[in-house]
Amino acid sequence: MKEIQPVADDNHDDSCDGYNHQPSGFIAKYVWSLDHKVIAIQYSVTAIFVGLIALVLSALMRLQLGFPDHFSFIDPTSYLQYVTMHGIIMVIYLLTALLLGGFGNYLIPLMIGARDMVFPFLNMLSFWTYLVSVIVLIASFFVTGGPTGAGWTLYPPQAILQGTPGADNGILLMLLSLAIFIIAFTMGGLNYVTTILQARTRGMTLMRMPLTLWGIFIATILGLLAFPALLVSAIMMLFDKLLGTSFFMPAILSLGESLDYTGGSPILFQHLFWFFGHPEVYIVALPAFGMVSDVIATHARKNIFGYRMMVWAIVAIGGLSFVVWAHHMYVSGMNPYFGFFFATTTLIIAVPTALKVYNWLLTLWRGNIHFTVPMFFAIGFIFTFTHGGLTGLFLGNVIVDLPLSDTFFVVAHFHMVMGVSPIMVLFAAIYHWFPLVTGRMLHTGLGKLHFWVTFLGTYAIYLPMHYLGFLGVPRRYFALGDTNFIPDSTQTLNAGITVAALIVGVGQLIFIFNLIWSLRRGKKAVANPWQATSLEWQTPQCPPVHGNWGDKVPVVYRWAYDYSVPGHKTDFTPQNKPDSECLLTDKGGL
Amino acid sequence: MNIIRQLFNKPWLSDHADIADSSNQTQCLKLTQTQSTKTALVFFLMVVTVLFFLITITFLSRSQYPDFTALSGPPWLPFSNPVTLWVNSAFLLLASVSIRFSVISQPFNERVAHTRMVLALCLTGLFSCLFLIGQLLVWKQLTASGYAVNGNPANSYFYLFTGIHGLHLAGGFIALIRVVFIFVKQADNERFRASLRLCVWYWHYLFIVWMLLFALLTASSGTYKTIALLCGF
Repeated sequence: MKEIQPVADDNHDDSCDGYNHQPSGFIAKYVWSLDHKVIAIQYSVTAIFVGLIALVLSALMRLQLGFPDHFSFIDPTSYLQYVTMHGIIMVIYLLTALLLGGFGNYLIPLMIGARDMVFPFLNMLSFWTYLVSVIVLIASFFVTGGPTGAGWTLYPPQAILQGTPGADNGILLMLLSLAIFIIAFTMGGLNYVTTILQARTRGMTLMRMPLTLWGIFIATILGLLAFPALLVSAIMMLFDKLLGTSFFMPAILSLGESLDYTGGSPILFQHLFWFFGHPEVYIVALPAFGMVSDVIATHARKNIFGYRMMVWAIVAIGGLSFVVWAHHMYVSGMNPYFGFFFATTTLIIAVPTALKVYNWLLTLWRGNIHFTVPMFFAIGFIFTFTHGGLTGLFLGNVIVDLPLSDTFFVVAHFHMVMGVSPIMVLFAAIYHWFPLVTGRMLHTGLGKLHFWVTFLGTYAIYLPMHYLGFLGVPRRYFALGDTNFIPDSTQTLNAGITVAALIVGVGQLIFIFNLIWSLRRGKKAVANPWQATSLEWQTPQCPPVHGNWGDKVPVVYRWAYDYSVPGHKTDFTPQNKPDSECLLTDKGGL
Repeated sequence: MNIIRQLFNKPWLSDHADIADSSNQTQCLKLTQTQSTKTALVFFLMVVTVLFFLITITFLSRSQYPDFTALSGPPWLPFSNPVTLWVNSAFLLLASVSIRFSVISQPFNERVAHTRMVLALCLTGLFSCLFLIGQLLVWKQLTASGYAVNGNPANSYFYLFTGIHGLHLAGGFIALIRVVFIFVKQADNERFRASLRLCVWYWHYLFIVWMLLFALLTASSGTYKTIALLCGF
């Protein structure tokens, strides 16, 4: 094998890496920090905090559904508010922020061998703007009328009309918060894309990047192109609400009175919303796909099967995600030819997605699988994602979707595919990269307990939910009332689901405890404890310090998946090791 | 295509990524902040393009609803003869031209070149402000003659489009002031000129977007109908 000799460049100019912001003092180091690692932790902690609020809201919803009329503080208004806030927080403020703001920020510079993001100040601004959006969102819990209860899709006309919870102040704060979030995301997103394109170290070609970075890169581009649709719809709805325009508002009677709105189109909002909403699924899914690929390869001690195919699949899924949005709107009514088009494109997405699943399985096939906690979660992800993906094939077909639309089948489907699955990857990623961030290992026993409670628990929640959907149980209903076609036994099933949900919810305390306990008392991590090949584990200090790389940035000689290569000294060959140091030859060593 | 070639690389075969390839990929070694800013600007303008594109699509769709009355057409409509908008466009064009002058002045004499640049930038600022003031006056005129923001969807779109375009210009203005401030503070001439060149692209982009918006907002109902028909609305 020919060895690659990069041009010697000891006087490498690091000024381009934009890390000349050595902090002095506590505030500069941990509060107004420009360091991507600190910003990543700030993002993550904030996202997990709002995620816990959303988790509590889901528990409250389940209490009502499982044991109706037992809790006087849950009324129809507050129930709708829980539904709305749970959805929007989980999708946008937790998943998007944690995957891109948290993991994106932490891993991009480390994985490409840079010292920091190319615009550290913009990066800091991005976090603080995100924090403002979160504060505005949480403020809506405390205003008169409470937060909006329009459902996370915020469909007009009901979102801004009297009768919907939070129609006065809640919806305004929600729209404002979304607009601020999008500004924050755009600042961060520009940074991620530019850093990946411009700040890769010597030898780090695009096709040598770990799949985590490919996922984050394409997801960020999707975000940059899709979030403007949400921004536009938020601004136009604010105009309708505050200035009395009729972009989305039709001529309408409200509480017996004719309103001033004339001839607007609520369907227009739906198109805009889903033009954002569907790529959003992949903004969440693609980084998860990337991270799980790296976790599987590392813990199976095998190169990822079909790396190039995996990259193309990520790009293809990203491209296709922009031409499927109207499959969320089959029941809104559309030209049958459009329905056919959107059903076809939706089903085509299954091809690159299935390729990925096969490749993960083939990576595991005859691999030297280490059943570590990250691997547990990664395998769990393959189950939940396949499960959620298959039910997506049902819903992608117009004919099947029509009777299932707005039932619990849909709730079960999207929770499996974009709720549980990315969260499984997030857990896998946290267990995997925690030693890098903190220098300590998370407790393995507690991790495995956490995994089984979460994995089995989520199946106990969502598998029966599909049956509820088949029976026609509608989603977003506070109570079913006298509904002849739904048997009484659904109530028993609902109670069971609630019990499982509460167990899973409480089970997350194991994780939180593990995080806090391990931070102080966890086993000290050795450098590169998983014996991974990618650059983030090759820093001179573990955890990496400010500037990441000490005196010299690394040089990359290979891709990120040289595991168990015949003729190499160890079963992993780091990206920054030249062949002369790793080949098992007469000259080389053993 | 470089990117296609890259995507066809076989990274698991180390001898496929030769030294030349490797050095091509690592422009970051000679990277200046300006190159990164250029990439970021391209992506930012992409985001803004998507934003305007989406509003335009909704506009064309909304224009086919019965309550929509175009602002141009019969002579009594405000933009049948949009003199004020032409004047504003001229201001923006002058701003765009003058900022171009700030970077193409060849320094046959350093001092003259410097003076010309300062003058060109001052003119850019002046014309940009005049454009914004002109747009505000159009708003005032429209409101005074009964074309309020909630009067008709065409009015609403006019205020929405021009408002967002105005904010876009204001953002560019802040960036320009920052660039000048960097120059005054650090006197890093090379970086300053490179950043200024990005501002030039920004202003050209602003002008092109405005001309497209101008054409869109002052078209007649018949034109909207034809475009909507072509787009399949």
